[in-house]
Amino acid sequence: MNQNFEPKIIAFLCNWCSYAALDLAGTSRMKYPPNFLVVRVMCSGRVDPQFVLEAFRRGADGVLVAGCHPGDCHYIEGNIKTLRRMTLLKRMLEEFGIEKERFRLEWISAAEADKFVKVANEMFEQIKALGPLKLKEVNTHE
Amino acid sequence: MNKPKIALYWCASCGGCEEAQVDLAEKILDLVNLVDIVFWPVAMDYKLEDVEKLPDGSITASLINGGIRLSEHEYVVKLLRKKSKLVVAYGACSAWGGVPGLANLYSREEILKYVYHEAPTVENPQKIQPQLKIKAEEGATLELPEVFPRLLPLDLVVDVDYYIPGCPPTPDVTWKAIETLLSGNLPAKGSVLGALDKSLCYDCPLNETKPEKVLIKDIKRPHEVIADPSKCLLTQGLMCLGPVTRGGCGALCIKAAMPCTGCFGPLNEVMDYGGKAASYFASIIDYSDEEEIKKVLGKILDPMGIFYRYSLPASRLRGKITVMRR
Ligand code: SF4
Ligand code: SF4
Ligand code: FES
Repeated sequence: MNQNFEPKIIAFLCNWCSYAALDLAGTSRMKYPPNFLVVRVMCSGRVDPQFVLEAFRRGADGVLVAGCHPGDCHYIEGNIKTLRRMTLLKRMLEEFGIEKERFRLEWISAAEADKFVKVANEMFEQIKALGPLKLKEVNTHE
Repeated sequence: MNKPKIALYWCASCGGCEEAQVDLAEKILDLVNLVDIVFWPVAMDYKLEDVEKLPDGSITASLINGGIRLSEHEYVVKLLRKKSKLVVAYGACSAWGGVPGLANLYSREEILKYVYHEAPTVENPQKIQPQLKIKAEEGATLELPEVFPRLLPLDLVVDVDYYIPGCPPTPDVTWKAIETLLSGNLPAKGSVLGALDKSLCYDCPLNETKPEKVLIKDIKRPHEVIADPSKCLLTQGLMCLGPVTRGGCGALCIKAAMPCTGCFGPLNEVMDYGGKAASYFASIIDYSDEEEIKKVLGKILDPMGIFYRYSLPASRLRGKITVMRR
């Protein structure tokens, strides 16, 4: 494992639950790795699988998508659509050769700061162990 | 007055694009009246040297089909780029990699090993494999083009002005595109010629039977059902990619009761056709429970082959990352 490797992890967090959980973790002075670049979205249903692919393409070592628990989505079933989409996307990422630890879908409510911290720590450790994805420069012809 | 010059070339493709061009039928004669075809390996006897001798920029348009897989493809398309005012990616393989582009899920070494040694139909006890260069017994040196580590769409190798979609483009689309190219009234660079800017559903005769909101409980593969040809195929559980595919083919497959496999490619705003198509299709599975969802989606045996059938090399990740990284 390369000790100097600092993974870059993109986190798409829904405004109403998971982003609020991250906020709560911060105001409660809980510690989590600083490697998460957060993109706040109104609902996890806004996260098109294309965003995940684009994140990996642009150099992310991991991607987290998190939203409200099923039944709690502020747009009724945005997160259920996300569940369907990401279930299929996971299979495709595997075929692209992206290890399954690099992508996670989680339900994290506004009160679950501890769950956010747990997920963040786990992802950080796992991805650090895997090493960098090195996908930035796939566009050029060798 | 000199007629405009046109060149037609093939790279890693199946020959279907040439079929489609020949299928212009008697319109081919109109074409020959309008233009001089200066290079067309499938049908005419001009050689590469003839193209090399042409002044730079003297060909009005080169229509190139197939993806770039060999050093020879790269050489010829770069030559045609230099000699042409306009370069047009003709057909799905040239535009986004096409079916041969699915090989980007495997390394060149894996492919060569399978094709020359392991495929069940191959008998090769001497373990012969093509070399780039050999000295023949008579003293001459024989060369073969190099197989690149992966397949690339045309626009990753040379600057491309326009795209003509389809696997293959229909004669109608081809003719419309040629008319646009010769009209002098050219659309913005990067435009798709000869097709629609709306999805196939817009152009589909079954669209009126498609409800506002489609949800399906089960996925059917084409051999598992006899489709009702008068009802939107998607509502019958068939994986029709019409909603995310560019219209313009005239709904050919649908008219034969076959679901669209997406050969006209993405609409303008889409950055990854497979990602978009998978997103749309998964979202209409009518279950909320993870296990049920998994079970239904499990009926898609080969998601890459279904959603990236024509566009893996143009996807965000271009193929399997261990193949892409090198
Ligand atoms: S989903 Fe397919 S069959 Fe249904 S309207 Fe669209 S193109 Fe036609
Ligand atoms: S229906 Fe779909 S797959 Fe068939 S020709 Fe049209 S775009 Fe291509
Ligand atoms: S609002 Fe949080 S997942 Fe939809």
